Parts: sequence; C-alpha cells; structure tokens
Amino acid sequence: MAQTAAAFAVGIIFAFGLAVSEMINPARVLGFLDVAGRWDPTLLLVMAGALAVTMPIFPVILRRSKPLLAAQFSLPMKTQVDPPLILGAVIFGVGWGLAGLCPGPALAALASGSPEVIVFVIAMILGQWLALRFAEP
Amino acid sequence: MTEPNTIGGLIGGALIGLAAVLLLALTGRIAGISGILGGLITSTVRGESLWRLAFIVGLIGGAGLFGLACGPLPLTLQASGPTLLVAGLLVGAGTRLGSGCTSGHGVCGLARRSPRSLVATMIFMATAALTVFLTRHVF
Repeated sequence: MAQTAAAFAVGIIFAFGLAVSEMINPARVLGFLDVAGRWDPTLLLVMAGALAVTMPIFPVILRRSKPLLAAQFSLPMKTQVDPPLILGAVIFGVGWGLAGLCPGPALAALASGSPEVIVFVIAMILGQWLALRFAEP
Repeated sequence: MTEPNTIGGLIGGALIGLAAVLLLALTGRIAGISGILGGLITSTVRGESLWRLAFIVGLIGGAGLFGLACGPLPLTLQASGPTLLVAGLLVGAGTRLGSGCTSGHGVCGLARRSPRSLVATMIFMATAALTVFLTRHVF
C-alpha cells in the first residue's frame, strides 16, 4: 500500500516536471531533434536538470542494502549491449522523430483529452504487446 | 515556440530527476515510463500491477492538475492521425525491444552508469534527429 501511494505521488511529480519543461509538447521535442532547423536546446537543459539530480544521488541510494518501502531493489539485470537493444533503440528513435512523443509525455498528454494522443497511446501499447509477443517468445 | 525555455527546462528536468530519485529510494524501482507501462501489460503478479497503475494514474492526473492550475497544457501535435498511429507502434515496439525510453535509459540508466543505457540513448537520439531531418528537410 505504501509503495502504491509512493508511486502515485512520484507520478504526479514526474508529470509536473514534463509540463513545466514543456516536454509534454511534441513541438518542443521536435525543435530539439531538428538540428538542421531553428534548433531548440530546451530538451538538453531538461536532461541536464534531471541528471544533475540523479547522477550524484543514485549511487548514494544504491549503496543502501534496500529501499525504504520495499524488501529489495528491482534493477535491470542485463549488462551486455546486444542486438535487441540496438535495434529497439533505432525503432524507438524513428517513432520518436515522427511524432515528437515518447512514452512519458504521451501518457501525461492524455490529460489534454486530445484524440490524436489517445490514438498514439493505444498504438504504443499495441506496439509493446507485439514486440513482446513476437520478439520475446 | 522557437525561444528556448531555459528556466522551465532546468526546473522541469530537476523535478523529473527528483521523481526518479524518490521512486528508487522508496520502492527500489527505475522510473522508466515504457518499462512501467510494459510491466502493466505483461505482469501477472497482482502486487506488481498496482504500483505501476498508481504511477500512471498519477502521471496523467498530475498533468491534468497542472492544466487546471496553470492553464491549458502546452500541446502542439505536428503529425497527422496515420503518422501518429505508425509512430506509436514504433515507439511501443522499440522501447520494449530496447528495454527502455528517454526516462529509463536517459535519466535513470545514465545515472546508474549503465553502458547499455548510454548506447541506447545515443542511438535513439541520433535516429530521431535523422528522422526529423528526413521528414522536415528532405521529403
């Protein structure tokens, strides 16, 4: 229960971060990705702001034996750069470049009620399911 | 729109970093949105689904709350329906296959000094920029 409440609160903070930084807005994201146009560095500043917090604090947290509300850390186990990682990153990059939406902003943007965002999110969930079904049997 | 949002970007970024730090410190999880959503589709353990759902409800609700408090969400879509459909499929499949997205690899993975996340982040940034170059300046 405590973990559920914590996850809910963290989701709200995350959404405020996406909204304050305007990363919820595909026009901003595409402005960053458009290096040959009028380049908009905002996304770079968002990454810098986020990493300024996570880079120094993550190692401190991970030195503890366990998190505050759970029995153990649940971290990714894979360490090797393998073909699925590279192929997946390429496919994700193309989709991100086409729409300017990645998973976090897309979900947060559902709050706008935009039908286009709803279409994107349904397709995204379907894409996850297809990859799981056919690429990870 | 073309003016950089320096203050908003830095403060918003720090909030995203704070969210990632809190999720790791409290629940021991990585704040990767594609992974949180993907686990919701695949996980069969009941306790596993609940926190994921709570996070996503908080994410959507938080954006709604921001909209109520600070005016309409800044949202200018630049792609049409069919393009968004294809883009959504690619983003979903790619993040699943590649084990993460901008938040999981970019914000959390780099902070864990993960080589996989560094490689993934460089690749999806580069291919996204290339895609924008091709769609905006070539075709």
